[in-house]
Amino acid sequence: MKSLSNRSIEVSNKKMTFMERIYLPAVIGGLFITLKHLFMKGATIKYPEQTRPVSDVYRGKHVLKRDEKGAERCTACGLCAVACPAEAITMTSAERKKGEEGLYREEKYATVYEINMLRCIFCGLCEEACPKEAIFLTTEIMPANFERQDFIYGKDRLVEPIDKRVDVSNRQTIEVVTQKFND
Amino acid sequence: MSILLIIKIVIILIIFIITLVAAMYSTYMERKVAAGIQDRIGPDRAGPWGIFQPLADGGKMFFKEDFIPGKSEKWLFILAPGLAMFTACMTGAIIPWGGTLTLFGETFNLQIANIDIGILYIMGFVSIGVYGIMIGGWASNNKYSLYGAVRASSQMISYELAMGLAILAVVMTTGSLNLGDIVEAQKGGQWNVFYQPLAFLLFIVCAFAECNRAPFDMAECESELIGGYHTEYSSMKLGFFLFAEYINMFISSAVISVLFFGGYNFPFMHDLGLSANAITFIGVAVFFAKILFFIFFFMWVRWTLPRFRYDQLMQLGWKALIPLAIINLMVTGGWLMFKDDLWAMISKMF
Repeated sequence: MKSLSNRSIEVSNKKMTFMERIYLPAVIGGLFITLKHLFMKGATIKYPEQTRPVSDVYRGKHVLKRDEKGAERCTACGLCAVACPAEAITMTSAERKKGEEGLYREEKYATVYEINMLRCIFCGLCEEACPKEAIFLTTEIMPANFERQDFIYGKDRLVEPIDKRVDVSNRQTIEVVTQKFND
Repeated sequence: MSILLIIKIVIILIIFIITLVAAMYSTYMERKVAAGIQDRIGPDRAGPWGIFQPLADGGKMFFKEDFIPGKSEKWLFILAPGLAMFTACMTGAIIPWGGTLTLFGETFNLQIANIDIGILYIMGFVSIGVYGIMIGGWASNNKYSLYGAVRASSQMISYELAMGLAILAVVMTTGSLNLGDIVEAQKGGQWNVFYQPLAFLLFIVCAFAECNRAPFDMAECESELIGGYHTEYSSMKLGFFLFAEYINMFISSAVISVLFFGGYNFPFMHDLGLSANAITFIGVAVFFAKILFFIFFFMWVRWTLPRFRYDQLMQLGWKALIPLAIINLMVTGGWLMFKDDLWAMISKMF
């Protein structure tokens, strides 16, 4: 029966010719192929020194953003925790006291904000759910660790340092930002 | 006499150290060549270009747990890697590493022992070499180890025949079993490889098999036998087995160079007007360059060819290599016997 795709190849069980049977021409051919590869450039990227370029919206380690004055944007509303399909985010909230206006932008803030990086699947739904533009994923690759406990990231490692701001402008389109702040 | 003794001891020490260092850096070279062929970089963390990698590997071996399986034959289990290492090192004794050197008014060969039965000695030690593998595989009390050991021994027996017959052709043309004589006979670019190309091909194929190197590494055969005869070994005992393999490779390369590529001879060695000692030193360097090339060739082949199936291996050995070796032997013998008559006949015809 003829195949419809015309891609099938007839299996042949033909006897090998003498040149094929003595095996040496094929061996020498193979040796030259490998010799050619010996002089080719390797595909290796030496990781800690070199990094593979990642896209601007690569979903790596999270960051909790501060606003322009350096106050934390997060209000501990819990929408990220609800959105999280892996149940990786937990938090406890507290009320802002007098004199703490410089630290927290709104009247409510998170005293504890933890992401379990072993549970996290880096889907970015927390980023999408956040109404205050507080949590973002960054292009930073999650480091490995020896202890399970060390994979639970608290505010100490999530909130961006005030003197070393994390640029997330590449992951925010103007439309999304205006829509979120208008709602 | 005492000067000779001291010189011999120095040569023994130097050759022993060179053998070990060469084997050590063969592991590094193997990893680099493998990496290059597979478009990778290879070890480059320990020191510049990773040149301390063999030291790191060796150090790691020392710190591993030295485990002896409960149901193994304890003494044989311990003996086997030592035996493998011992036989591997012993073959270096009769390789002519260089010509004659004149120091302190004394002329001596750069060879530990210039014995008349040089090639027989090598063949003998190569055959004992399989004992380490066999005893190790058997003493482990593990079926994979035993399979590896049985395969190794039957492979050795099959390929030793063809190897011996291939060497015989060379011995016949030279008229001596002495390695020094064989090298001297190849002076002036008259390398045996040009006169005995088939014997060279047979010998190098058999050398791969005798060293248990790919494509004939049936004794190890990671994918089927989980490492074969050294499955149960750990720590420096495993290190010894692996190390012995590299020493064997080094010695095989040396023997190939001696038998077929003129040993320490190099073209135009007497036309350059150098002193005898200088020629000897250059000769040693040339010899090591040849060895290096053959070590590279061993690795090149290993990372090119897939492993033979066991029945294919036996078929190649018994049905192809041995008949070819016998034919080669007969043709060589016939040529040696009738070449004068042939020349006379040809010259009469013209």
